[in-house]
Amino acid sequence: MTCLPAKTDKKLGLAIDLDTCVGCNACVTACKGWNDQGYGAPLSDQNPYGADPSGAFLNRVHSYQVQPEAAAAITVSFPRSCLHCDDAPCVTVCPTGASYKRSEDGIVLVNEDACIGCGLCAWACPYGARELDASAGVMKKCTLCVDRIYNENLPEEDREPACVRSCPTGARHFGDFADPDSKVSRLSAERGGFALMPEMGTKPVNRYLPPRKKDALDASPLAPLLDIKATGFAGWLDRVLGKI
Amino acid sequence: MNPAPSVLLFTVLSGLGFGFLAALGVGLVQPAGWAAFALWGLGYGLTVGGLLASTTHLGRPDRAWRAFSQWRSSWLSREGIAAVATLVILAPVALSDWLGLGLSRLPGVVGAVLALATIGTTSMIYAQLKTVPRWNHWTTPAQFFAFALAGGAMLAGQGGAAIVLLALLAAALVAHWHFGDRRFSEVGATMGSATGLGDLGVVSVFDPAHTAGNYLMREMIFVVGRKHVTKLRVLALILACLIPALVLMLPAHPMTTAATVVIHLIGAFAARWLFFAQAEHVVGLYYGKR
Repeated sequence: MTCLPAKTDKKLGLAIDLDTCVGCNACVTACKGWNDQGYGAPLSDQNPYGADPSGAFLNRVHSYQVQPEAAAAITVSFPRSCLHCDDAPCVTVCPTGASYKRSEDGIVLVNEDACIGCGLCAWACPYGARELDASAGVMKKCTLCVDRIYNENLPEEDREPACVRSCPTGARHFGDFADPDSKVSRLSAERGGFALMPEMGTKPVNRYLPPRKKDALDASPLAPLLDIKATGFAGWLDRVLGKI
Repeated sequence: MNPAPSVLLFTVLSGLGFGFLAALGVGLVQPAGWAAFALWGLGYGLTVGGLLASTTHLGRPDRAWRAFSQWRSSWLSREGIAAVATLVILAPVALSDWLGLGLSRLPGVVGAVLALATIGTTSMIYAQLKTVPRWNHWTTPAQFFAFALAGGAMLAGQGGAAIVLLALLAAALVAHWHFGDRRFSEVGATMGSATGLGDLGVVSVFDPAHTAGNYLMREMIFVVGRKHVTKLRVLALILACLIPALVLMLPAHPMTTAATVVIHLIGAFAARWLFFAQAEHVVGLYYGKR
């Protein structure tokens, strides 16, 4: 049934550090690579080498400029993927029961054998976390690498989502948000982790860690050189020309 | 939102069909013999045609039967069940009218209630979506009901009632546009809240996440055609409501009924196209678009 579990034992999710992320897209590539060959229908591309390439991705990295009121603008690389919401609207709208949230760990998954590809779950998601696979005709979404994190055939250090494993700057952290002492819970608490679009009432599990405060120079070291006071004849000329 | 032709066909034709089936069910018209075959056939044709059209937008139409299973949480599932239940329950009444069996009309009344319930479930598929603020409002069910009732009354030859319902439809459409234009800002989703960076300053797109289109942009960031919104709104009102209402004031004749319904349908398609084309999904915020 596509009703949501009243409570999940764990709340597995990601803490994504917007301060550390450099926008290298390694997570995008690792995600695409892993999900091309593991769980469910392979993430397909259409016309990948042609004039109009397109494809399904479960993780995309945006880049934003933030202009504070009285400081220099900053750029923020912003990875966007499923937030495994507690109150996931994508699950309840599903007419077939293909979408579900696991009561044991809170992961939101699609049973691709039952998906009719109606697309309503993608409409219900505020975060654009779901993309229809144009080749298989079923909905694809982040599985939190459910086929890695419990996979005892993998070395222990690989039992985390591909995006986390591949991040060269350590900007992505995987863990249990239901446990207040987990690494991700502590990180989120220390750094003021926030949820995206709380006004949508989805109660996301994933947290984003804000960019740290940047140092600001009081004034340019070149400022004295720019403040040239003309003296003598040049000063007289400056005053006269200024009056005309 | 992308106004997919299959969904346009479905919502407009099935809406009209269920409205008409409700009118036939309660016996506003009680045709007999081949007239009954033609009228019930029209009602069934519109609804079944629309329902079949809707399955063509599925990625896997072969599994459409699975959509009947999740009535506890899903409006789309409830719609499927209500639609099929309506068609099944009305069947004996239709056969009775056609073949003169003289069966009870009670299933007709139940079927009419179910037909209206189907309209309600269809509208709730859209009205439930918080992610599309324009739809997430009571004016969405209001206009779906008004379309079905006005269209049904027109097809059933209920001139007077149809004129009143067409006026209500016009009011529902204007209300939907009036409130809809304010809904996005009312809901308060911005690039700032979407990225969570709004507290730091003004957020804008620095570099797009991808240079080619994707499913999200094709499906939910449909900006074509918003330019002609005002013209389309006026056209929809004139074609769907005003002209049919004026023609209905003429002496009743099957040809005028047919003409009003055809003109009404053109207006209904324009209004429904706008319903989708104008609806902004909050995911557009990640792309700096509405």
